[in-house]
Amino acid sequence: MSLIRNVAILLIAGTIGASAQQKPVVDTVKIDTAIAAAFPTAPADWKARFDQDETMKACSLHENSPPKAVAETIATREKARIEYPADGKLLGDWASGEKLAQSGYGLRFTDYPARQVNGGNCYACHQLTKAEVSYGTIGPSLLNYGKIRNFSEADTKAAYEKIYNAQAAYPCSNMPRFGTNKVLTIDQIKDLVALVMSPDSPVNK
Amino acid sequence: MQGRRIILAAVCCLLVAVAQPTQAQDDTERAIEKYRQMLKEDPWSNPGLLDADRGEGLLKTAAGPNNVSLEKCDLGKGAGVVDGAFAELPRFFADAGRVMDLETRLIWCMETLQGFKHADLVKKPYPAGGQPVKDLGAIATYVASKSNGMTFAAKLDQPQEKAVVDTGHAIFFRRQGPHDFSCATCHNDSGKRIRLQGLPYLAGPKEAKEIVGQWPAYRVSTTQVMTMQHRLYDCYWQMRMPELEIGSDVSVALIAYLVKSAEGGEIAAPGLKR
Repeated sequence: MSLIRNVAILLIAGTIGASAQQKPVVDTVKIDTAIAAAFPTAPADWKARFDQDETMKACSLHENSPPKAVAETIATREKARIEYPADGKLLGDWASGEKLAQSGYGLRFTDYPARQVNGGNCYACHQLTKAEVSYGTIGPSLLNYGKIRNFSEADTKAAYEKIYNAQAAYPCSNMPRFGTNKVLTIDQIKDLVALVMSPDSPVNK
Repeated sequence: MQGRRIILAAVCCLLVAVAQPTQAQDDTERAIEKYRQMLKEDPWSNPGLLDADRGEGLLKTAAGPNNVSLEKCDLGKGAGVVDGAFAELPRFFADAGRVMDLETRLIWCMETLQGFKHADLVKKPYPAGGQPVKDLGAIATYVASKSNGMTFAAKLDQPQEKAVVDTGHAIFFRRQGPHDFSCATCHNDSGKRIRLQGLPYLAGPKEAKEIVGQWPAYRVSTTQVMTMQHRLYDCYWQMRMPELEIGSDVSVALIAYLVKSAEGGEIAAPGLKR
């Protein structure tokens, strides 16, 4: 069944997302079975990590370059999965946000039992402040992020949404869906929003 | 010693040039490249060669319940042929009914020739940080080094091999876990970095050809040789997945996919990494 479906989708998708090697037509059930068998020491409560939701499935199949219609479906679905703070306040504490941006701790098999809170590891992929020169480039530079946007309310909300669930704005983005996947709490996300959107944050100095 | 001085110099560049981060990174990358160049000019300076030597001794020493060496192990070019064997792996082995990479094949030989139990061989195959590569990895390092200077010539054209390469391709792009990560998250573009660490674009041939043949590699940061199976295990750790089993269909398929990407690339094992 899934093989037939995949062939059909591939025919429709054409050459979008083509990588150097020809994109193969593979039975996804076979892949899922291989994954489930490859981690035999996984604790019972880790087995959910083998599974893919509809968005992961679509992004894998299209190698992160979904056709327009698929991208729209993903954006709509993920937007509906964003939860907002009960009090409506989106700006937390930028200094706490900076600590979260530096920390890559959490959810690896060496991180149990948890010794500290999960980090956002933003610097792994983004430039944020002038002071931190050890930053990655998988994501765009966020230097002066808020200043460039005049610290507007609309952009503050957009920043919250991008951190909570990047795929609502950018379907198949490489960025983790930190809120939706419960990697970070709403309060932690507010702190990260403050890091990029507060006028007094080093990101905007 | 020279290497340590270069790293120190790189760190100094970083400290001095805080006001110009991009400049600092370029300087750091240049310094590390110079360090690599120096090691290349003196090939005997790679500490990984000590493990290759240890591996040669281990391969030729009787061991296991059957008390035989691995000299009769068929790595694809006939029993006991080590020279050039790594350059033609992974491949389909009719006796095992499976496509196997080097480490998976060595495990198979340790099981079938020497009589070790499979479960014991796959239980704790990798060293802790700072510890030397384990025996299996040392043997793999030796075998790989005996293809040094050759190009990857794994044909991977049999139906079973093609199917495994395609499986590896799909797994390379398969997103999973709490961070939605796949191999492609970090390795599907050129010129990207995690923090200051450069990331090879492994889905394309150019960088795969340069990089894949450098494994097994000596890692300066952990002062040990890391094999390709270990490298993948570490990637899945970072991807927030459980412990990837050595020789699993997933790791073999990914290695087959990477080697296919690297087809024609030169083998320079053991390589040297940050």
